[in-house]
Amino acid sequence: MTRRHVAVIGAGPAGLAAAEAALGAGARVTLIDSEEQPGGQYHRMLPEPYAATHPERLQHGWNAFDRRRRRVLAHPRCAWWPRTAVWALERPDPGTPGPPRVHLLRGPADGGGRSRHVLEPGALVLAVGAHDRVLPFPGWELPGVFTAGAAQALAKGERVVVGDRVVVAGTGPFLLPVAGSLLEAGSRVLEVLEANPAATVARGWLRRPWELPAQAAKLPELVEYAADLAGHRVPYRTGRTVIEARGADQVEEVVIARLRADWSVVPGSERTVPVDALCVTHGFSPRLELAVAAGCALRAVSSGEFVAVDRDQRTSCPGVYAAGEITGIAGAQAARAEGALAGWVAGGGDSRLPALLALRRSRDQGRAFARRLARAHPIGGQWPGWLRPRTVICRCEETDYDALRRAATGQAGADPRVIRLRTRAGLGPCQARVCGPTVAELTERLSGEAAGRQVQGLPAASPHRRPIAQPIRLGELAAPPERIPNSDTEEWS
Amino acid sequence: MRGTRVAVLGAGIIGAACARELALAGFDVTVVDRGGAAAATTSHGEGNILVSDKAPGPELELAQLSRRLWPEVLAAVAERSAQAAEAVAAVEWQPKGGIVIATTDPGARRLSRFAAEQRAASVRAEVLDSAALAEAEPFVTRDNTAAVYYPQDAQVQPAAAAVALLTDALASGARLRRECEVLGAAVRGGRLTAVRTRAGLIEADAFVNCAGPWAAELADRLGVPVHVRPRRGDVLVTAPLPPTVFHKVYDADYVAAVGSGTEESQTSAVVESTPAGTLLLGSSRRYAGFDDRPRPEVLSSIAAKALRLFPCLADVPVMRAYGGFRPYVPDHLPVIGADPRLPGLWHATGHEGAGIGLSLGTARLLRDLVLGRPTRIDATVFRVDRPAVVGPGTPGSSEETV
Repeated sequence: MTRRHVAVIGAGPAGLAAAEAALGAGARVTLIDSEEQPGGQYHRMLPEPYAATHPERLQHGWNAFDRRRRRVLAHPRCAWWPRTAVWALERPDPGTPGPPRVHLLRGPADGGGRSRHVLEPGALVLAVGAHDRVLPFPGWELPGVFTAGAAQALAKGERVVVGDRVVVAGTGPFLLPVAGSLLEAGSRVLEVLEANPAATVARGWLRRPWELPAQAAKLPELVEYAADLAGHRVPYRTGRTVIEARGADQVEEVVIARLRADWSVVPGSERTVPVDALCVTHGFSPRLELAVAAGCALRAVSSGEFVAVDRDQRTSCPGVYAAGEITGIAGAQAARAEGALAGWVAGGGDSRLPALLALRRSRDQGRAFARRLARAHPIGGQWPGWLRPRTVICRCEETDYDALRRAATGQAGADPRVIRLRTRAGLGPCQARVCGPTVAELTERLSGEAAGRQVQGLPAASPHRRPIAQPIRLGELAAPPERIPNSDTEEWS
Repeated sequence: MRGTRVAVLGAGIIGAACARELALAGFDVTVVDRGGAAAATTSHGEGNILVSDKAPGPELELAQLSRRLWPEVLAAVAERSAQAAEAVAAVEWQPKGGIVIATTDPGARRLSRFAAEQRAASVRAEVLDSAALAEAEPFVTRDNTAAVYYPQDAQVQPAAAAVALLTDALASGARLRRECEVLGAAVRGGRLTAVRTRAGLIEADAFVNCAGPWAAELADRLGVPVHVRPRRGDVLVTAPLPPTVFHKVYDADYVAAVGSGTEESQTSAVVESTPAGTLLLGSSRRYAGFDDRPRPEVLSSIAAKALRLFPCLADVPVMRAYGGFRPYVPDHLPVIGADPRLPGLWHATGHEGAGIGLSLGTARLLRDLVLGRPTRIDATVFRVDRPAVVGPGTPGSSEETV
């Protein structure tokens, strides 16, 4: 029989659920991830040689995840492509139905000899997740300053201790599990600093309190983390943050200050704390480059841009579905529900199936919870107040705030793309994944010019536009692809 | 010229250069762009200032005039103020020279014939033997049949170059109106007296169409079609490397590709480094209208041809790619001059891939034409009312094929 071929990009909670549901709908699935193991950031697994006997100790929902992982990977209609990078999506000609072609590189990213492949799936599910967002501050480029996600990955994935005396700062509930992972790995966490004042956090969390129990499967988890911190006598302070990291070759001390609700610094409140590591998080940036390459419409909310989807996780682009953090930062439960919906519908399943109601409810509760989080942990508008002229904004190219300011305030050069070209902000190896949203925000503030205006035929200056989504060696690019025949019509025995 | 108003339509490199010349000549200049300055074709190219790829003729004369002007103009702009000097520093003016490599015997014969003709037209073109080539470019393929060094070739950061020229125009009294798309013409007594824009009516005594690949669309809105088509190009950017490529190095095929009008997609190798350490790898030429989708097979072909010139780059990662649209005219000559069909309208467009290099000479010619002065070089071949520009019988921009 003819089966639809669904390519799922990303094997975290959303992608794995999508693969399982698409298989359940009768499709055959190619599940693609850059890592060696499924799980994504959430269920980060130890590399097999180092596998601990009890990985579940650091993991919530491990057993359910493990069962699903085994079911999907062992399924006869599932092809699992680990260590595979999607370097480009190629949109079909206008008016031609179907999702973009998927250009892949298979093999270890740091090894030679990756092979190039092209998939022509009948449907595409994007479940590529998010990475940490970190606002710049003086000294954030020093060794010893980690994104919270990187620190957690080191602690969970490789059991590396980032430092003995660690401060965790930023905003959002992610501060708690990060501090927990650090404690588990043996670090001493001196303080956990939530930048928003207690009143902001409480107002956000307690808005429409009667809805909270239904939304918050995560609550017990957070309470557990909080109890863990208390057990280790780690103070959790609100309305405070690290406004500067100092040190010669490595962070040696941090300056902590009190913040008002708009994140302006309360003068005279600064104090200095000796540390040997600092972990920072200001929420998450969805990985939008593949959605942008596919041509999916985005929606802007107060906390940033996300992929716009309908009730069945369809994007604006025919045959392309999105699930998980790229549609909104709503946690693993919502990601799983979105993934299951996306996979089922992408796989040709009936979207009127009554069982989908529960999935949609679970997703909607997750999203409501995400809105609650966004209200409780906003980024205060006055954060650029702690920048100094020499504060590095783009770490790859070492563009400082003053260079950006001078480029953005000259009338002739105020176009966002031109500012980037003249200052090189965002043009380095990370291709603006770290600084992109920050540079876009700062240039818009400095020049008064909105980023991303569309000119016919030229792409908008989106910080997420990366036609080459992953680095590809010239030799790999020059070689012809090993085309996988079939596409949508091949019989799967 | 005090009080004579000129509206320059388009704030790319050509508009910026024209605005500067006209403002310095005393005109009351307004630069109008539907987006921001230098945001389109100008910031999607490589910043070439080349004489090497041009056969003797009017375009070479324009290139030679421009090449003489570049260092003079940048020095003059830098002298004006500290801010201007900073803008000029960002231009990254690099008179590093170009090296053209042939890899076949017929290619070698064509290249040496071409270089000899260029030398007769005062282009410096020095044949390099294997030892001299190996010294100039230690990492280039040994598998070559001829190499010619063009010391006059240069490179700039194109967006920064346009910003520097525009900064100087503004300092000379010009005004910039961004986010101000031209919608139509106001014609009185057969003369263009104003353009209607999204931000209201802009009146002037003269209007200059500097809209690059969008020049045809703009001219349509003003009621006088011109045949300028977009010709897409893609560029690959590598991760920063230690110094590996020291000149602008390109395959002799490039000259043929520049001069071709074929409808097929073409690629030819152009490899150069930037001061940031990245390599820019070009180039492709294809007609796809304003289709902005990058084509993986085109990028693959660019990579393959770059590796033919520099096999040692196989493990170098490509970080990003960008593409832009060149303003293409079938006879490969720019369009510079008054539009006889609509008094008050002038054009300065159609430079295809050479607009950065040719901008300063173009602006000088345009200024002299507007002033009714004799021009430094013969400008009649660039006139608007030639068949390639106004028809008849040339394909319109609506009939794009890929």
